Order: sequence, then C-alpha cells, then structure tokens
Amino acid sequence: MMTNPTGRLTQGQFSFLPDLTDAEITMQIEYGLKKGYAWSVEYTDDPHPRNTYWEMYGNPMFDVPDAAGVLLELNACRRSFPNHYIRMMAFDSTRGIETIVMSFIVNRPKQEPGFQVERQEANGRSIRYSTRGYAADRPEGERYDNENR
Amino acid sequence: MYRIPGSTPTPGSPTEPDATHAGSTARTVGEVLAASQVQAVFDELERDLIGLAPVKQRIRDIAALLVIDRLRLNQGLAAQAPSLHMSFTGNPGTGKTTVAMRMAQILHRLGYVRKGHLVAVTRDDLVGQYIGHTAPKTREVLKKAMGGVLFIDEAYYLYRPENERDYGQEAIEILLQVMENQRDDLVVILAGYAGRMATFFQSNPGMSSRIAHHIDFPDYNPDELLQIADRMLDGMHYGFGAGARETFADYLSRRIQQPHFSNARSVRNALDRIRLRQASRLFAQPDRALSRDDLTTIEPEDIRASRVFTNP
Repeated sequence: MMTNPTGRLTQGQFSFLPDLTDAEITMQIEYGLKKGYAWSVEYTDDPHPRNTYWEMYGNPMFDVPDAAGVLLELNACRRSFPNHYIRMMAFDSTRGIETIVMSFIVNRPKQEPGFQVERQEANGRSIRYSTRGYAADRPEGERYDNENR
Repeated sequence: MYRIPGSTPTPGSPTEPDATHAGSTARTVGEVLAASQVQAVFDELERDLIGLAPVKQRIRDIAALLVIDRLRLNQGLAAQAPSLHMSFTGNPGTGKTTVAMRMAQILHRLGYVRKGHLVAVTRDDLVGQYIGHTAPKTREVLKKAMGGVLFIDEAYYLYRPENERDYGQEAIEILLQVMENQRDDLVVILAGYAGRMATFFQSNPGMSSRIAHHIDFPDYNPDELLQIADRMLDGMHYGFGAGARETFADYLSRRIQQPHFSNARSVRNALDRIRLRQASRLFAQPDRALSRDDLTTIEPEDIRASRVFTNP
C-alpha cells in the first residue's frame, strides 16, 4: 500500500487539502491581519520534515494592513520561483507569544517525487532511520526543474 | 487589541459596520441611506470643511453612485466598481492635503476601499537613486497602500523632463500598471499646484486618462477664510476678543492683496504670529494675575502689530 501516493509535502496548515485558491489565501491572510499578525513569504527547494528554516522572500510585512498588499508580495515570489515550495507565515508579536502562529504552503513544484526512508543497520540489531527527499540529490535550483529531467 | 509595530491604525475597523452589506433587499434610496453611513459622511463634510463646493459635490456624486449601485445590485444589475483615482489641483493652502487625508476615511465609510488608511508619499519615497532601485521602492509603497489610499503630494516632481535618464518615469509606469489592474484594491490621489500638474499630465497622457476625477480646489473668499480662522483658533483654545474678529477681517483683506498669499496656510501662519504677539503682551506684565480669559483672548492690538498694517 502506498502511504502518500501523490508524494505531496504535508507541512503547516491545510496541507492535506487541495491547493488553496488565491481567494482562499486572501481570506486566510485577512483573518491573520485582523488578529494583528504580520505576514511573510518564504520559499525553498529543499523540503524536509526537519527543515523549518526556509529562505525569506523580502522582509516580514509588519506595516501592510491589507491582504492585497501581501498577495502582491506572494505573486512576486511566485514569479521568481514558480517551481519552488512557497509558504505564507504569520507572526504574532504579542508579548509572550512572539512566534509564528500560522503557516501554510501556497505554491508547490509541479511534480513532487516525495521522500525516501533510509534504514541504516547499526550496532547489534538496531536500525537508524533517516529521511531524504528524492529531489534533494540535485543541486539547488535544479531540484524541481521538470524540463531537465 | 494590540497593533503591529509601525502599522497605520485603521480607525475602528473591526466594529465598523460595512456599507457593502447594507440593505440587501432595499428598493428605495432612503432605505440604503438608512443602512449605510453615507448621510453621516455628508453631514461631517458640511460641518468640517469650509467652502470647497466642487469637492463636496464630487464626493456627493461618488456617494450617490454607491447608493444607486447598491439598488441596482438588488435588482440583479451588476456593475464594475468605478475608477476612483483623483487629482487635486489648486493654489497653495486650498486644502488639497487636508481633503486627501479625509478622503481615505470617507471612501472607507462609503465602502469603496477596504481598510481606509492613507499612505502619503512624495517623489523621494517612490523614486530610487540608482538603476534597479526604483521598482522595488515603488512596489514597497504600493504594497503598504493596498486596501487604502495612496496620496502622492506634488506629483509633478515624479517626472523630470530635463533629465531623460531620470528614474521617475519608471515609477510612473509601475503606478499606471497598478492603477489600471488593481482598481478595486487601491485609490491613487495626486495633488499639486494647477499649472505644474497640467504640464505633468500633458507629458504623461496615460496618467491623465486613468484619473477619473480631476478636482480643482478654488481659492477661499475672505468670508470663508475668516471662518477657517475661527475654526483654527477654536481648535487651539483661543478666541477673538472684542473687535478682534473685525480687525482680523481687515488684516485678511490687506493680506490677500499682497504677493505669496496662500489661503488657509497664510491664515494659519498669521494666527501663529498673533499668538506670539499675544504671548509677549502678557509676558510684559509680570505682576498681573492672568485669568483663563486673558490667556485665551486675542485682542485687536495683537493683530494690528502685523507688518501688513504698516507698509501699505
């Protein structure tokens, strides 16, 4: 049985749902803005369950009060990195929270080959597991470039 | 409720009733008016802005269109949101900037812009200093202005015909693109002196044609200026003493004849100088107990001391 037949990356919110449309993304952003969160855009082509540090696209938008402005930034990122993973993150600056409170993927490569579980036989009968993206063995920037495959 | 550091506070946005949801079954203008804030906006305009008949008329027209659009929508007649980009032209001190500041709030309450914040910029905020600097700078400003009003003061500085490699043109092109494509998200208001704006529009016909409302701000007449003075003094907790108002009217009639008269701004400056003179008059009497009246009253002599009365 295949556990994840589409190989989709499932990190953050909504990742088991079909891709959000721009209208749905706008509503999520609007919700965050109403809560006083600051949105930011990040991208990567090196996804991994433990890789939480993606590249920032521009600065966090502390002074953008409307979703249309945030979407402008997201679309600029999509133009620059059409075949990367892109996620929206909302930062809550409330004293004592001061952390990311929302995060969801808004752009995926056309083809996601998924992850391999590597088992290493160690001392005795113990086994060490590690996870590796199938795309990660190619150099940065070429990982999800479907034309070159 | 906390705020994002450095963000523009949106006045009462969470609780504000949204005009767009007003009266979905309404059939008369009265019903829509009752459910929206249009009437309140009218009253406030009438109360807070002195003179400026063409401006008020235009805001009334825009509001009327909103109400009628709502009624049309109830009948199933869809219409595109009107283009609301404006250009304010007029002499110095005729209230262009003041009205632009109010316009964001008004359009928000009429339901034309979502957030109703105003981002006021000049050339420096839009145009970069080297190649490739302008576009990100302009986009950054546009990003902040989305959902509100972008106010470009002295817009003609954007375009410098004497330098063909000036980056202002690049900013104008980006602006035009957003003004055209994201009309629902952003209202752009350009402001400047009439003559130079005319030249600016002549050399940028694309800009001129994308602006639906060219509003000219007329000069104030002396009576309106006097009312403005009353309003300003009131705001600063001062008042004219016996005969001072007449003296100030006299002052204005003389000042208008002189060069560099800039309407409400000149009134403000004159009042500031009058306050200085009032202060020194009181300062010269160290032993007198000053009452509240003494401290707030402008006497005719404070105004008479102006140079306007000495050199004819």
